[in-house]
Order: sequence, then structure tokens, then C-alpha cells
Amino acid sequence: MTLKIVVLAKQVPDTRNVGPDAMTPEGTVNRSALPAIFNPEDLNALEQALRLKDQFPGTTVTVITMGPGRAAEVIREAMYRGADGGYLLTDRAFAGADTLATSYALATAIKHVCPDVDLIIGGRQAIDGDTAQVGPQVAEKLGLNQITYVEEIKSLTPTLSKGEGDKTDCSPLLGRGRGRLVVKRHIDGGVETVESPLPCVLTVNGSAAPCRPRNVKRVMKFKRCLAPMELPQGTGFGDLPYASEYEKKPYLKLGQLTCADVNADLQQCGLAGSPTKVKNVENIVFKAKESKVLTGSDEDVNGLVQELLASHTIG
Amino acid sequence: MNSVYVYCELEGTKVAEVSQELLTKGRKLANTLGVQLEAVAAGSGITGKVETQILPYGVDKLHIFDAPGLAPYTSKPHTAVLVNLFKQEKPQICLMGADVVGRDLGPRVSSALHSGLTADCTSLEIGPHEDKKTGKTYENLLYQIRPAFGGNIVATIVNPENRPQMATVRSGVMKAEVLDPNYKGEVIIEDVAKFVPETEYVTKVLDRHVQAAKNNLKGASIIVAGGYGMGSKENFELLYELAKVLHAEVGASRAAVDAGFADHDLQIGQTGVTVRPKVYIACGISGAIQHVAGMKESGIIISINSDENAPINTIADYVINGTVEEVVPKLIKYYKQNSK
Repeated sequence: MTLKIVVLAKQVPDTRNVGPDAMTPEGTVNRSALPAIFNPEDLNALEQALRLKDQFPGTTVTVITMGPGRAAEVIREAMYRGADGGYLLTDRAFAGADTLATSYALATAIKHVCPDVDLIIGGRQAIDGDTAQVGPQVAEKLGLNQITYVEEIKSLTPTLSKGEGDKTDCSPLLGRGRGRLVVKRHIDGGVETVESPLPCVLTVNGSAAPCRPRNVKRVMKFKRCLAPMELPQGTGFGDLPYASEYEKKPYLKLGQLTCADVNADLQQCGLAGSPTKVKNVENIVFKAKESKVLTGSDEDVNGLVQELLASHTIG
Repeated sequence: MNSVYVYCELEGTKVAEVSQELLTKGRKLANTLGVQLEAVAAGSGITGKVETQILPYGVDKLHIFDAPGLAPYTSKPHTAVLVNLFKQEKPQICLMGADVVGRDLGPRVSSALHSGLTADCTSLEIGPHEDKKTGKTYENLLYQIRPAFGGNIVATIVNPENRPQMATVRSGVMKAEVLDPNYKGEVIIEDVAKFVPETEYVTKVLDRHVQAAKNNLKGASIIVAGGYGMGSKENFELLYELAKVLHAEVGASRAAVDAGFADHDLQIGQTGVTVRPKVYIACGISGAIQHVAGMKESGIIISINSDENAPINTIADYVINGTVEEVVPKLIKYYKQNSK
């Protein structure tokens, strides 16, 4: 039994280091002004995929990421850790997409590159938006079941038991269910263990197992992987210093998909396909209260405690 | 005119507090728009048990979906309930809780209906909008207001063209207030089979453990909260000591949770719990807007921070410029001395 797994990963601006030029006047993110990282929960998602690959040899793990050329770094990073390859979904037409237009583009790409996918795994949410919307929206667009807030894949059983095939076939789009999956997930105030037929979409929590580190041999093997978008404008792989390597090792050329490649409807992509619009954006200015400023001296702290006790604020 | 809808989340036959908070907000929005407030409750064995928990918030119509497969919650059947109901009723606004259920269900419904959804709103208002590119103007849109992008900005989002305008809101952000205990709303028992095809029941819940919250952050009158400035998990113990003498609960900022200093369920802020204690003692918390969004309604805010320019100091009633290691033990010491 081998599986086809797609991991959805996003390169995100590191929101812990945000400068004043982080937003454009239109209210969208100025990505070029910020350090870019692998979205943390997408790494947890990758680990779940790689564990299945360990368990079922021959399984392929394909990363799909949407973004500008430099987002291909996410694919390389995933390959260093064990992913087989990936696709950079990149097109000006995708710019300014909200979660719905993003999920449309991703769903369309999945149908294109992996129509017989068994499992789609992504992080629960990205740290630049914190919406947790793209996973479920992709699932709905593909007509697949979803399990969100996943902590751990407990088991995956390849085939359905007799007679259940028709009833639990949840994917007219992508073909018949090829097995079932038992997953532990977090819910409000507790945990739940649920079973779903394949194919389905999982979104994984940050509290799930951390991703394995890079493998040195894989780093050496894949460090020259490039997506066409990353090449200087007007040049091809043949113009690179190690041009012959790209001829001999086709895996060094990462997959790249445009809007036209995946037959996406332009009306559903980017700003045009986004029902939500940013009306305005305000920088945060706290309304200052008149605060009493104290030092950490014994006298000041003692005085504060006495004051709060006297007013029955504490005690 | 098209109604405002609230999806009511259930645990067994109990309506979640966040849903009652949203019904209260939904009633106000419906009044502003001059339309009806409608609610949806989907579960098993709920007829006759949920009405009195929903109607008093001013609900004009309650749609009940009662079938064994609808509890516990799973994604696809509840999606089918809302999608098919909304295709029929065409609401203009739909609100749901920004917890595990709402964040699982909301995006699915929005994807099926191609309607916009804004997660984790901290404020909802009604107002006009002009599209600068097309020059088209809109009246009475839902302003979905939320901090974004690491909390450095607050964005107002609108959905000019697509309906329903969907938003999720975290528990505790809005306040629940009964409008009239005897509010006369219509109850409609819907035929579940007409909305949910058998093929939608795909997820089997094998095992489920739900406990009441381990902490009482939401109801606490005093909260001692620690941030990244606490420096370590060991230093967090100081806060537990202070909380013990003050009979307070301990909370944490997201940065402290991410750094592993405190458990996730202690997180206060936009993506955690929203609190309104009488006293909030912020220790080593810089005060990102997402954190402030979850505690700014506190009565008295005391900030202990070695950085005198920490943003949280601007909303604090008392600012103590000092390190946590220095100040917290002194607070404990002098509280013990003075309260005797």
C-alpha cells in the first residue's frame, strides 16, 4: 500500500519581527519588507505526512505552496526533511487573494497535479493571518471530508471493509475511498478520536509532534533545486553556473504552476475572487490612560499593596 | 428583508456561552438593520431543551435540526444544514463562535456558498462602504473588525457583494444579555433528511473526552498573567505563588505559551481567552494588540515591566518599572504583611 499525500505549506512573514513598512497603502501585506519563514504549523503537518511515508514505503509526499518565487524555499526545506518534491503555485493573478480565493487556487492545483490524492495535510493556521480557514475551504472545494485540529494520526487502514465502499465514498471528484484513518484531535475542553474514510483533508496543530530536522545528505542532494521563477529574468536553467547538473538531474527543477497551467477561472482568483475586502487599516494607538508610574523599590511596592488593600481592590 | 443568523453551538443540550453572546450582538445588529434575528440549533435530542436558552436573547425564529447523526458535531452534516438552509433563506449576516466548532464549520460553509468569512472579530458594526475603484457605494454592510498581522494593525473587513456576510467571534469578546425571558419567537422543527443527505455522515466519533475548563480565567476577579519577559518556565512559578496569595488565576500571553513557559489553555488574547477581571497584573507582557484585545476591559491594570516603553503601559493604571524577579516577590511579601 502506497499513499499519495499532498502537504499544503505556506511561506509566511515572521510576524514576530514587524517593521513600520509591513503593510502596503492598499492594506495588503508588504511581504518583501519582512523575513520569511516556513509557517510553523505546516512543519507539524509535514511531519505527520513523513511518518506515513515511513510506515508505508513508496508513499509520495508532494508539497504545494502558493506565493512568489522565493516561496520555493518552503519546497526545498520540506525536501531536506523528507518530502519527495513540490510545486510552486505562482501567478500575478493570484495576488491579493483572501482565504477563499487562495483555497480555490490550491484546490484547483491539487486536482491538476494529484487527482488521485489520498490525503491532504496542512497546518491548522498560518501565523500571518491566524484564520484557520484555508484547510476547510480546500476540503469543501474538493468535496472531501475534513478533520481539523489534529494532534496525531493514530492509524491508517488501507481498504474499506466489505459493503462500505459506496456509502463512505466521500469524494465523487477524486475517486473512491481507499482506506480509513483514525485521528486524535483537540476540541474545546478535551480530545476526540474520530475515523474518516480517505481521501480527506487534515489540519494539524502546533502541539502535534515537531518536524524532524533536515537530513544532511538530502540537503546536499537538493540544495540546488530551483523553481523557474527564481531564475533571473530572461534566463533559463541553461544559463546557470551548474547548467549541466540541471540536465542530468531533472529533480533539481522544481514544479511550477501558473493560473493557466491549472485551468483556474480568473474570476475566482486573487482580488477578483475574494469576497472579503479590506475597508481600512489602522495602526494601533492605545488610548493612553493616566497611569501611576512606580519603581520596583520596597517602598513603592508596599505603598501600592496598601493602596489596593485600602480600596478593597484586592484582599 | 434578509435576517441576521446565529449558529448556536451545543454540547449535548447546553447552548454554548459564546452563542448566547453572539445572539445578544446579533439582536443589536438586527435592530440597526430593522430585520429579524434567527438562530440555528443542530444536535440530537435537543427539541424542548434548547428553546429557553436561545429565544430570550430576542430570537424571532429558531430553526431546530434534531437527528441522532448531528451530535456530537462533525463537519459535513452541520455544513449541509447551514448551506442548504442559507440557500433557502438567504441571510445577510451569519455569526458563529470562533472556537473549534465554529472555525471548522465557518470556512466550509463560506467555501460552499462563496461568501466571505472573517475570523476572530473583536468588534462588529453596521456602516456604509464605497468601493474606490468602481465608485459603487453600499449601505448597511457588516464591518468585521479584527487585529491582523501580528497585532500591529486593526483591519476593518467588508463583504460588499457576497451573502451571507460571515464572521466568527471568540468566547468572552461580546457580552450575553437576556432581552426578555418571555420573548415570543417562532420555533421551526426542520426535516433534517431534506437538508442532510445520508452520504454526509462520514466521520465517526469513536471516543470523546470533554472536561470542564481546568482553570477559571473567564470568571476570575484577579488575574496574574505572564509574558515572554518572564524568561523561563521556572520564573512562571513566581506567578503561581503570587496568584495563590491573592486568590487569583494565572494567565499567559501568546509569546509565553509559544515559548513553552505556560500551557495553551492559559492563553489570554484574541486567539485565547478573553477576560474581564477586576484586577489584571501583567508581568513581563509587552502588550501586542492581540493580547490587549483579550484583557482591555479589565478593571484595574497593573503592568510590571523592565521596559518602561512597553505598549501595555499606556493602558495600565499602575506601571511598575522593574524586573519581575524583583517585584513579584515583593508583592507577595507586602501583601502577606499588610493583609494580616
